[in-house]
Amino acid sequence: MKNFALGAALASASLIAPFTANAATEIQFWHAFTGRLGELVDQQVKDFNASQDQYEVVATNKGNYSETLNAGIAAFRAGEQPDILMVFEVGTATMMAAKGAIKPVYQVMEDAGVDFNPDDYIGAVKGYYTTTDGKMLSLPFNSSTPVLWVNRDMLDEAGVAKDAPLTTWEDVGKVLDQLKASGVDCPMTTAWQSWIQLENLSAYHNVPFASQENGFAGLDAKLEFNGPVQVKHIQTLGDWAKKGEFIYKGRRNEGGADFRAGTCALFTESSAGYAGIKSEAKFNFEVHPLPYWGDVDGAPQNTIIGGASLWVMSGKDDSHYKGVAEFLSYLSSPEVQAKWHQDTGYLPITKAAADLTREQGFYDANPGTDVAVKQMTANAPTENSKGIRLGNFDQIRGIIDEELEAVWAGDKTAQDALDNAVERGNQLLRRFEQANR
Amino acid sequence: MEKRVTFKGWLLPMLLLAPQLIVSGVFFFYPAGEAVWQSLFIPDPFGLSMQYVGLGNFEYLFNDPYYRASFVTTAVFSTLVTLVSMIPALFLAVLADRLVKGAGTYRTLLIWPYAVAPAVAGVLWLFMFNTRIGVVAFYLNQMGYDWNHVLNEHEAMGLVVVASAWGRISYNFLFYFAALQAVPKSVIEAAAIDGARFWRRFFTIVLPLLSPTTFFLLVVNIVYAFFETFGVIHTITSGGPQQATTILVYKVYADGFVGQDLGSSAAQSVVLLVVVGFLTVLQFKFVEKRVHY
Repeated sequence: MKNFALGAALASASLIAPFTANAATEIQFWHAFTGRLGELVDQQVKDFNASQDQYEVVATNKGNYSETLNAGIAAFRAGEQPDILMVFEVGTATMMAAKGAIKPVYQVMEDAGVDFNPDDYIGAVKGYYTTTDGKMLSLPFNSSTPVLWVNRDMLDEAGVAKDAPLTTWEDVGKVLDQLKASGVDCPMTTAWQSWIQLENLSAYHNVPFASQENGFAGLDAKLEFNGPVQVKHIQTLGDWAKKGEFIYKGRRNEGGADFRAGTCALFTESSAGYAGIKSEAKFNFEVHPLPYWGDVDGAPQNTIIGGASLWVMSGKDDSHYKGVAEFLSYLSSPEVQAKWHQDTGYLPITKAAADLTREQGFYDANPGTDVAVKQMTANAPTENSKGIRLGNFDQIRGIIDEELEAVWAGDKTAQDALDNAVERGNQLLRRFEQANR
Repeated sequence: MEKRVTFKGWLLPMLLLAPQLIVSGVFFFYPAGEAVWQSLFIPDPFGLSMQYVGLGNFEYLFNDPYYRASFVTTAVFSTLVTLVSMIPALFLAVLADRLVKGAGTYRTLLIWPYAVAPAVAGVLWLFMFNTRIGVVAFYLNQMGYDWNHVLNEHEAMGLVVVASAWGRISYNFLFYFAALQAVPKSVIEAAAIDGARFWRRFFTIVLPLLSPTTFFLLVVNIVYAFFETFGVIHTITSGGPQQATTILVYKVYADGFVGQDLGSSAAQSVVLLVVVGFLTVLQFKFVEKRVHY
């Protein structure tokens, strides 16, 4: 009898438990972070859930950026989309074109009556995710920008003077010669070649990557990255590759392992490489602003971002959107953003978070961590430097990768390769235009 | 001689056939039909709207020199994978067949690689040939050969072929080994008495007797090279450098799931369906005639 009573009590308890849990509205949040970043996101979600009892955010990892976007799209087609989907910057045009599938963030905030001002965000971040008339469509989350990482020990060994400048690519060329002459096998490598050596290069020198304000002003944009500045840069890198001064390691961030292991001296990579480099590098490293060409007028302009933003999916109950607004507002608070910036090396995307980080003395304790912020905010973004918004962009990057590989292998000149990439990319843009007419 | 069973009504035979028909219908005919249908449209990724383009997707594909080049890449790749996985398998099977002692251990060890999933095999080979930490790349470098499959198209192709063929050698070995056991000893002994040496016996007696197995493996391996090597290519080269290892099936994935261009991806699936169907018909029509059962 005793057992029966216990059983009944347990049974009723288990019946009640889900009922009380259901009192809070469940908000599904799909993201693309694993490892350390995944833990940090889980912590943010946990803190939010603990801060109130109306909503329960459930964060789920859906693979890498491409896989997460795919999962979101497949789920939408099946009518089972999450409330919030993390989409990398390259997928921005795809999401923007899907008008029936998303609910713009400014609208979510407005409907929920949550205070939200896009101007709180630093210009280059805001510009990437807002319409031309200033309406924010998705919430910037993790943003980074490319910088130059330097292995100071290797430079010292090669006899490079401590004060030898690394400001312009001309300076870098001289240092590379010195490194090569002293027998360094990998003087320089890069991660994300299209993002750093073409997209950011274009913005940084204030030349267009594509027409129509890099695609912001219309779907009929055409690629224009085969101009003289880009050709000169890619040709120079190609020449360095031939001399063994620039070593190509792969399309993604394969070169990171080489830099962290201390085999490559210079490395152009995202500022978010900070966490990994800091924990693994057994040498003195420095962060320098991305170099620019000294002979180009208007350089350095500002670099652009990479990373992801949070999109709110349509087709959910109104009660959900209220919770989504609360959660997004929590995520963009200065405290949460400042901690995220300091933990990961991603940029502080709001001005308040940057100020808070400075007040907390983080930049003084970790020199170089503010290089990326300064480089991005040095100038007000122009048409050419507020970002890139092109359809089928993930595939276009694939084409650029292929054509650049032809340059590094010495099969094509920079002009041929870039002309070809532009032509092939334009075909994809026209297809995207057709699909979204 | 042949035994024929006749059924009185329709109900029972249909019932017996039903499981197979339903499975084929649900998992083959329905998706294939859907692919043919989708290939006539350019849809947006979210399925919100569709533009009817007729054969526009196909026109776009065949006007693309890179797509046409992908056919050549696929042909080279599948021929190499088939050869590299079948010839060593036959060689090993012949050796194992001649073993008197320890044949069991030898056999078991040779079958192991088949248990390794393609993606895992890809990662294993990638680590061995990794330009920074790879063991093989390191020794090649010591010998003065600068291995770099990240930029060298031929090296990349060689690497994905070997990584794809490696696990298949076990599979083919198993079939050849079983087939060799079934070759009648009396025929071989008779030939030996007539003075035929080992290789002579092998080429004139054993190989022809193995032809049904060879034919079966040829079909199966080509299908494997076409469709199941995705994991290897995805992990090792992602289709690069340039487009050196972009086989047709990888392009279907890249355009459909990375590029969200579902119309083109569907059209490519249809093309692939036609190509493999054609190859299979060709094999059964011409190659099979030379097979002795």
